[in-house]
Amino acid sequence: MINYSYTVWIPLIPFIVFLVLGLTGHKLKAKLSGLIGTGGLGLVTLLSYYTAFRYFFAGGHTEGAFEKIEAFKVTWLQFTDKLHIDLGVLLDPISVMMLVVISTVSFMVHIYSIGYMHGEKGYERFFAFLSLFTFSMLGLVLANNIFQMYIFWELVGVSSYLLIGFYYTKPSAVSASKKAFIVTRFADMGFLIGILILSFITGTFDFVTLTDPNGTAITQGAGIGFLGLSVMTWSMIFVYMGGMGKSAMMPFHIWLPDAMEGPTPVSALIHAATMVVAGVYLVARMFPIYAISAPVALGVVAWVGAISSLFAAIIACTQTDIKRVLAYSTLSQIGYMMLALGVSGYGGHEGLGYMASMFHLFTHAMFKALLFLGAGAIIHAVHSNYMTEMGGLRKYLPVTHITFLIACLTIAGVPPFSGFWSKDEILVAAFHHNKILFAIEYIVAGLTAFYMFRLYFNVFWGKETHYHHTPHEAPAVMTVPLMILAFGSVFAGFIPFNELVTSDGIPFETEIEWIVAIPSVLIGLVGISIAWIMYKKETAIPDRIASTFKLGYKWAYNKFYFDELYLFVTKKIIFRFISLPIAWFDRHVVDGTMNLIAEITQQTSYRIRGFQSGQLQKYAFVFVSGVIGLAVLVIFLWK
Amino acid sequence: MISGIPLQYFLVLATIMFFVGIYGFLTRRNLITILMSVELILNSVNINLLAFNRFLFPHKLEGLFFSLFVITVAAAEAAVAIAIIINIYRRFTTINVEDVHEMRF
Repeated sequence: MINYSYTVWIPLIPFIVFLVLGLTGHKLKAKLSGLIGTGGLGLVTLLSYYTAFRYFFAGGHTEGAFEKIEAFKVTWLQFTDKLHIDLGVLLDPISVMMLVVISTVSFMVHIYSIGYMHGEKGYERFFAFLSLFTFSMLGLVLANNIFQMYIFWELVGVSSYLLIGFYYTKPSAVSASKKAFIVTRFADMGFLIGILILSFITGTFDFVTLTDPNGTAITQGAGIGFLGLSVMTWSMIFVYMGGMGKSAMMPFHIWLPDAMEGPTPVSALIHAATMVVAGVYLVARMFPIYAISAPVALGVVAWVGAISSLFAAIIACTQTDIKRVLAYSTLSQIGYMMLALGVSGYGGHEGLGYMASMFHLFTHAMFKALLFLGAGAIIHAVHSNYMTEMGGLRKYLPVTHITFLIACLTIAGVPPFSGFWSKDEILVAAFHHNKILFAIEYIVAGLTAFYMFRLYFNVFWGKETHYHHTPHEAPAVMTVPLMILAFGSVFAGFIPFNELVTSDGIPFETEIEWIVAIPSVLIGLVGISIAWIMYKKETAIPDRIASTFKLGYKWAYNKFYFDELYLFVTKKIIFRFISLPIAWFDRHVVDGTMNLIAEITQQTSYRIRGFQSGQLQKYAFVFVSGVIGLAVLVIFLWK
Repeated sequence: MISGIPLQYFLVLATIMFFVGIYGFLTRRNLITILMSVELILNSVNINLLAFNRFLFPHKLEGLFFSLFVITVAAAEAAVAIAIIINIYRRFTTINVEDVHEMRF
């Protein structure tokens, strides 16, 4: 048994860095604070890699299966003998994999930010928040019980809020940060309800106990019904609601595109690679419960994922802000991961979807972080977010161009890039589970290739745009992370996930199923070709198509009016029919009662304050009169 | 000579003095007058004590001693009260109780 207790330092180091930068940052030189943040993260990355190496290759498995290892554990709040909240570190394949993902992307983003945020106001604040986020995210994935996960879940939300609103003088950034916080917080309410139901029926928060497929916790509550579903199913659906909020699944997706108001490295770290996959991670963490005792909830996961990925992909085809295209693409890819979990079974080859989901999470983190950082480099060079103001950039930004192309090929699922391998596993899993879901994902694969190459051609080819000043390539501190991530995007597909990250910890065999792989590559190539025809040179085709499908285009361009729908529901329905009466009740009945009591007291005191004149003689008069009165009474009543 | 006067006369006198004192205490606004009224009340009590002592227990002296105590305490009290009155006069240049109302609402 290898001692893993040092892993507690993995989340603690960023926290210490956060404290140092947060408390003393304004006194440090900007450059030094950037170096402290990056150095701390470098240490975390080394520790994470070391842990991953030891866990996966040196001793994490016994008898061929990966174990869940509780590396560290303290009891924090003891409610009853059974029910207590711990703080701890749980190592299993997915948490170790997430350690690698988070620390890698976070480290790259730190390095990149040194260049990207150069000269910005609040430089040290930025790095302090990044460290806070990294701390929360690492704490989330290492949590050994669902309540600790919930705590870090909220912390992640807070740091996301702080970073989206980093440019706090910009009204749009402020409203975007509020929107992100409120929407995810609303979804987290469901998460909390789910936790409460779950812990009520199982009597524990602990992941190891909860997700033990042979344990008693998993079968409890299966029989008790409410509205036709078991209580376990309900609690899992509520827990998934939290995951939907964080992972921006429909209908909680509205905050993610707006969150692009934050600095681009933040979008790469939080809103592409790490935080938004927390929902996927949550479902994966609770997966045995979903698979064994709440299959209906798992169906919900699959369908929400599929619908989100389709809608997001359609919207992404019409947007012109490059960061928003990437945001919708993120939504779509997370939908993929959710779907993969939803179509998965538990154990052995049945758990193909689970493995595929984690695989795609890993590769997606690499290529999506790369895309966002590339977009950051483009925005850095052009000072605009809109692809209508770009074109022909391949001459000016050679490194960004090549790495961006690699990322686009990866996300489009062209072999041998990593996206092909992970997407192929998902499609295979969906193919064997449900043909309709497979069809949706198949269409989405084509759309993905199309909109990514629409973006690529529009930015790097297309029309020759006249720039105010010639765009120049980003400094090395920004391009080196791009190259490293590009390397990851190309080769991450060769990691044998089926031997490392599986639903029950036992490796299984996979092979490419040509019946799925060939069509999926073909539709990717079709998408790329259409984008080539439409956008390689400036043509009139896009406008013609847009005017032919006028209504559809308009709907997709306006994101299917989801924001308007929310505004309608909140302003016209909730505010008018719920909030207004409640406000009236509060103002007139609750406040009225209180005011009445105060008024009565005051009036009474006005009346009787004359008695308290302070004049001793008046008191004496009352006193003497009382005595005389009593005396008279006694005398007359004595008889 | 005193034996010729019946007890009721003393009691009536004491009652009259007592209520005169009460009346003065309640109606006067001058602190000195109020103090004098208090003395009247005390003295009426003294008369009561002595009269009852004389008529009910002629061979005992408790009532007599008790009234001596009352006189002593009254003298001490008058000294304290006059000291207070002088201080009030210095502070407010008046000894009218109605003008001394700093602590009133």
